[in-house]
Amino acid sequence: MQLTLSIALEYTRNRKRQALLSVLGVMLGVAFFIAIAGMMRGMHEYFIEKLIDVVPHVKIMDEYRHPLPQPIYETYPDTLIDLRGIKPKEELRGIRGANKIISKLNERDDIRMSPVLQGQVFLRYGGKDIASSLIGIDPKMERRTSNLERDITQGSLDRLLTNSNGIILGERLAKKLSIRLGAKLSVISPAGIIRKMKVVGLFNSGVPEVDSSTSYAMLKKVQILQKKEDVINQMNIRMDNIDNAPQLAKNLEQQYLYRTESWQESFANLFEIFMMENMIMYSTVGAILLVAGFGIFNIISTTVNEKKHDIAILKSIGFSERDISHIFLYQGIIVGIMGTLLGWILGAILVELLAMLDFSFEGDVQAPVEFNEGFPMYRSIWLYVGGGIMAIFSSSISAYLPARKAAALYPVDIIRGAS
Amino acid sequence: MTIPAVELRNVTRTLTDELIPVTLVKDIDCTIKKGEFAAITGPSGSGKSSLIYLIGLLDVPTKGQVFIDGIDITSATKEERERIRLEKIGFVFQFHFLLMEFSAIDNVMLPMRKLGKLSAKGMKERAQMLLGNFGLEDAFWKKPNQLSGGERQRVAIARAMANDPLIILADEPTGNLDTKNSDIVFNMFEELVKQQNKTIITITHEPYLAKRANRQINIVDGRIEK
Repeated sequence: MQLTLSIALEYTRNRKRQALLSVLGVMLGVAFFIAIAGMMRGMHEYFIEKLIDVVPHVKIMDEYRHPLPQPIYETYPDTLIDLRGIKPKEELRGIRGANKIISKLNERDDIRMSPVLQGQVFLRYGGKDIASSLIGIDPKMERRTSNLERDITQGSLDRLLTNSNGIILGERLAKKLSIRLGAKLSVISPAGIIRKMKVVGLFNSGVPEVDSSTSYAMLKKVQILQKKEDVINQMNIRMDNIDNAPQLAKNLEQQYLYRTESWQESFANLFEIFMMENMIMYSTVGAILLVAGFGIFNIISTTVNEKKHDIAILKSIGFSERDISHIFLYQGIIVGIMGTLLGWILGAILVELLAMLDFSFEGDVQAPVEFNEGFPMYRSIWLYVGGGIMAIFSSSISAYLPARKAAALYPVDIIRGAS
Repeated sequence: MTIPAVELRNVTRTLTDELIPVTLVKDIDCTIKKGEFAAITGPSGSGKSSLIYLIGLLDVPTKGQVFIDGIDITSATKEERERIRLEKIGFVFQFHFLLMEFSAIDNVMLPMRKLGKLSAKGMKERAQMLLGNFGLEDAFWKKPNQLSGGERQRVAIARAMANDPLIILADEPTGNLDTKNSDIVFNMFEELVKQQNKTIITITHEPYLAKRANRQINIVDGRIEK
């Protein structure tokens, strides 16, 4: 074994209690990092996974990111023009040339799309009027682009095909209306049309907000209800590789000019919250490791002061400044490594304990019934590697400062002081 | 003509970082041949220790040159000085300065392990041999706090001998010992000079010990008294 390392080991062994305290500090830092990061990351991934499950990866909407310029500005580009009294056109909204876009998109193998017409309606049943977002779908296309079929708990998607007056409601929405499968309700559109429709399915997506406000019917039916024949106002796209969504959205928007949003853009604020949570977590863990670092700094500073004579004699024997600083640096690293190893064990235990916690809360995402096995923990070797690197880094830094001081000690001064 | 063990040419050491510059030693010219046993004497604060630190490469002269075994150490790099210290010089101090965590054998092995020339087994055998020569057979595995003052100082001398150095420098090695143990230490020095032709330079306050050396160098106010 290296000589400086064996001296460092002896020194550490001789200060067992103090060393142990520092080791415990590092251990807690590493363990909390693994557990908290695992919990955060697990929850974030569960959230994203759930949301991605429910929403389209890319959606093309019937609006523009920036209003189209007035034609006169294009005709006289270098002229100062003052336009007054501009009024919006009372035109039928929707994606123009939708059929062309649909057939173009359907040519691609890597994506699946489904056109929808989404609009607000009132559902009336038993004297209750409840607003709902009614989505007109083509069941054959919809089942390829969403999990609606999987989420249906009663009835089925295919009943829309057999019953053109069928409607599928979110479970929470049905509960609000106090309506059951098979019952008939009135649908009132802003265009003033009222239709009796029959509940042919109920779904539970796991996202309460969706379940309490969304309903589905045949595209053709919704077009008639909204007086928008042959109009669609959104195209939902699902893709195999969800990481490519922003690029696809950008391309499609450039091509068709309509506002196109990837799921990343839709959830941008959520990601910001995640990032803030991560920052809070890292600063908490950083603070723990900082405190542990102070402990290490303290123990090594004390050792340096106590071992001045040893430093003098080692230097007089011919040990270099480097050798001396290594002795004390190694002490810090020994504490860091021991703390890391114990922290890994404690961290793994904490992760498994947290995973056993019952996980249920209301909010953006609700845990589905099958998710009663515990908290969604993120388990990865990289959390352990990261925690270890941080711990050993911080203990090395804490040890480096007193070690440098030790190396710079001048033996003659120490020997003079002693005699 | 053989190369002298130590040669000092016009050596001056001044502490300049003090408020008033302090001259520790001044214009020292001195040659110590190999196999010589020199005792440095002089009143407290005369510069004896400063001289021995300069010879032992723990300090660097402000002016003049120091040669160890013919090598000019004033122009040597830090690494070269460390190497010379390791190979050619053994230090003994007034206080034993043993590492408390290590046994007598491990303390003696420290310089050997640093030098790294012998095998682990060779180092252990040599450490046992050295300690045995100094009558410490029973102390091999004892920690310094289990040894008497005289025994500790003998372990320290054994450690100074570890790498078979050319010169042994001793800074009042008997300062903390009774006369019996002081005699033992000086007997050891005499033996090392006679049997192994070592060069020994020791500081001592005791005139009767100084007389046992074959040369006495008296330092007064930083200069050698002629």
